[in-house]
Amino acid sequence: MANSVMSDHSSVEPSLWSGLTAVMKRDLLLAFRQRSDMVNPLFFFVMVIALFPLGVGPEPATLRMLAPGVIWIAALLSTLLSVDSLFRQDFDDGSLELVLLSPQPLFVVALGKVLAHWLITAVPLICVTPVLGIMLFMDGNTLLATLYSLLLGTPILSMISAIGAALTVGLRKGGVLIAVIALPLYVPVLIFGTSAVEAAAMTLPYVGQLAYLGAFLVLALTFAPFAIGAALRISVNTR
Amino acid sequence: MQTQGLYCERDDRVLIRDLDFSLENGEVLQIEGPNGSGKTTLLRILCGLSEDYEGDIFWSGQPRARVDEAFRQGTLYFGHLTGVKAALTPRENLRWILQLKGITASAALNPLIDQALQEVGLFSYEDVPVQALSAGQKRRVALARLQLEPARLWVLDEPFTAIDRAGVAQLEQLVQQHAEAGGAVLITTHHALELTGIRKLQLGLGKGTWRIL
Amino acid sequence: MLQTLKRLYHQFGSPRYFYDITGRMLPWLVAAALLLLVPALIYGLGFAPPEKYQGNSYRVIYIHVPAASIAMSGYFMMAVAGVIVLVWRMKMAEMVARAIAPIGASFTFICLVTGAIWGKPTWGTWWVWDARLTSMLILLFLYLGIMALNAAIEQPQAAARATAVLSIVGAVNLPIIKYSVEWWNTLHQPASITMTSSAIDPEMLITLLTSMAGFYCLFAVLVIMATRCEILRREQRSRWVRSLVTEAVDGV
Repeated sequence: MANSVMSDHSSVEPSLWSGLTAVMKRDLLLAFRQRSDMVNPLFFFVMVIALFPLGVGPEPATLRMLAPGVIWIAALLSTLLSVDSLFRQDFDDGSLELVLLSPQPLFVVALGKVLAHWLITAVPLICVTPVLGIMLFMDGNTLLATLYSLLLGTPILSMISAIGAALTVGLRKGGVLIAVIALPLYVPVLIFGTSAVEAAAMTLPYVGQLAYLGAFLVLALTFAPFAIGAALRISVNTR
Repeated sequence: MQTQGLYCERDDRVLIRDLDFSLENGEVLQIEGPNGSGKTTLLRILCGLSEDYEGDIFWSGQPRARVDEAFRQGTLYFGHLTGVKAALTPRENLRWILQLKGITASAALNPLIDQALQEVGLFSYEDVPVQALSAGQKRRVALARLQLEPARLWVLDEPFTAIDRAGVAQLEQLVQQHAEAGGAVLITTHHALELTGIRKLQLGLGKGTWRIL
Repeated sequence: MLQTLKRLYHQFGSPRYFYDITGRMLPWLVAAALLLLVPALIYGLGFAPPEKYQGNSYRVIYIHVPAASIAMSGYFMMAVAGVIVLVWRMKMAEMVARAIAPIGASFTFICLVTGAIWGKPTWGTWWVWDARLTSMLILLFLYLGIMALNAAIEQPQAAARATAVLSIVGAVNLPIIKYSVEWWNTLHQPASITMTSSAIDPEMLITLLTSMAGFYCLFAVLVIMATRCEILRREQRSRWVRSLVTEAVDGV
């Protein structure tokens, strides 16, 4: 019977695209089966933002001024929170070893996993942002800028924190270490993300900031998968 | 597969020194040795999971690094951790593992997977999430890979763990068949394998000694 | 030419050779550091002419600027060592990279502290979110991340490779971070007086350059000493380190 599979598929070259979609499908399916992983970062995001007015007071002017920073920092922290589990399960149950030994190039798998992670954790977060924006007294234009900047910025955050997660996956104390590793690298995204929103709040054009974020996104999509792959190899190598 | 002058140390302890062996098609090599003698480490080095070694490894007469993709395509590694996801069903697990090998998930694949599951005694379990299965059954899900993945070299690390007696006999038979069909097998186990023409590589504890029987 | 390079590479790749040759180099480097630093700092902090606008408070640049320069180039050295670690698997590069991290972080810290000392008389506060200070602060965070990762992984080789990846990622990011911070700074506050606002006096320039050279020698001394410690630690089971230790014990 082994022969039947072999004869059917012996000529099949692992194609990058099918590898990518296979990884993404599997991770999305897993997330769907374990829904709490998907929902908890979202709850965290909502709660941090909802608690903020309780800390600084409910004046609309103050909240409107702080809103971009608050939303962005909350998004940043919730990405950090969720990324710890990105490779950990695969490391613990041995599927990471299978991935490393497969003929599939590692960067494809890394890219697929990070994209799936972004779809699972960041997209819901972007979806609830309008509601939170209204609670922080943002106007329509500012809200739109927030959505655009999050849409471009959160994949970069996922990529960067995935590097941290891949480096620490073999260690028992991953969580805080990932934060220490990844937070300084977030700086450009945070700066341009919040600045786009602030510009929109002052009814200034914010296309420039979005263009920067787009450029960073292209950079991250190009290079981060290789760094993640190298980091995973190191982590598995030393098990 | 061949090795030349393989040397490996771990935590300042020499596990393997100047290891030369060759494994031809149709051969089974059982690696023996007390706990801590480096059996698993050796297997991880041979299949490419660990890079902490010196010396050369050849595949089909060429340095392994040069034929990396062919090597990966032609090797099946079965380790202590099976890579089976608890939240997925056996069928989904196997389909994913095959996809990693570049086999596209066509409709024709499902009957093959079901048949393999049936042969490892998991008939009617194919759509139950793996977390509902027993430890032995989980191992069996992973063992179904042996019947599905097209690989010339099997690298099996303690495959008999948690498997019942009937399963052990079946697995032995599989290994025998694979060797007869021209495949090669590297295996670590404490079982006395009843296979014809099996060779043994004994690793000593301590100074990296070894001998081939 | 290529042959000599190759030979040098292999020689410096061996911990034992590195230990021997740096042992002989070290006294000269220490002497150079002292000869350059002591006069430069005494003259710079005590006798160099005061600056036109800032008076005497500018004198801290004789420490601040070299520290900033070393902080940055130390990070890039670490990244270069990281590339060597990942591509050529060179053991010595692992040790050098590990040695640089805390020293680079200390220079970054010195740079921040001297910046704050300079800020008090100039701006009236200890801390200003000035573009350079802010990017130095983030550089310090990058160093801390690397040190944390180094400390978290027990196996030295694994730690070296992991931090190599991180330092390369950081080095790629560093120009982007620096640029973003400058951009952010111009957005939020008008450009203030910078450290070297007025055309620099040749006397000051020579003092500054001497002090810079002295600090680089000091940095080299510290990195070499830390690397030698690392060599002894990692190679403690090798024969030559053992005989080194027994000789030292016999000597006593």
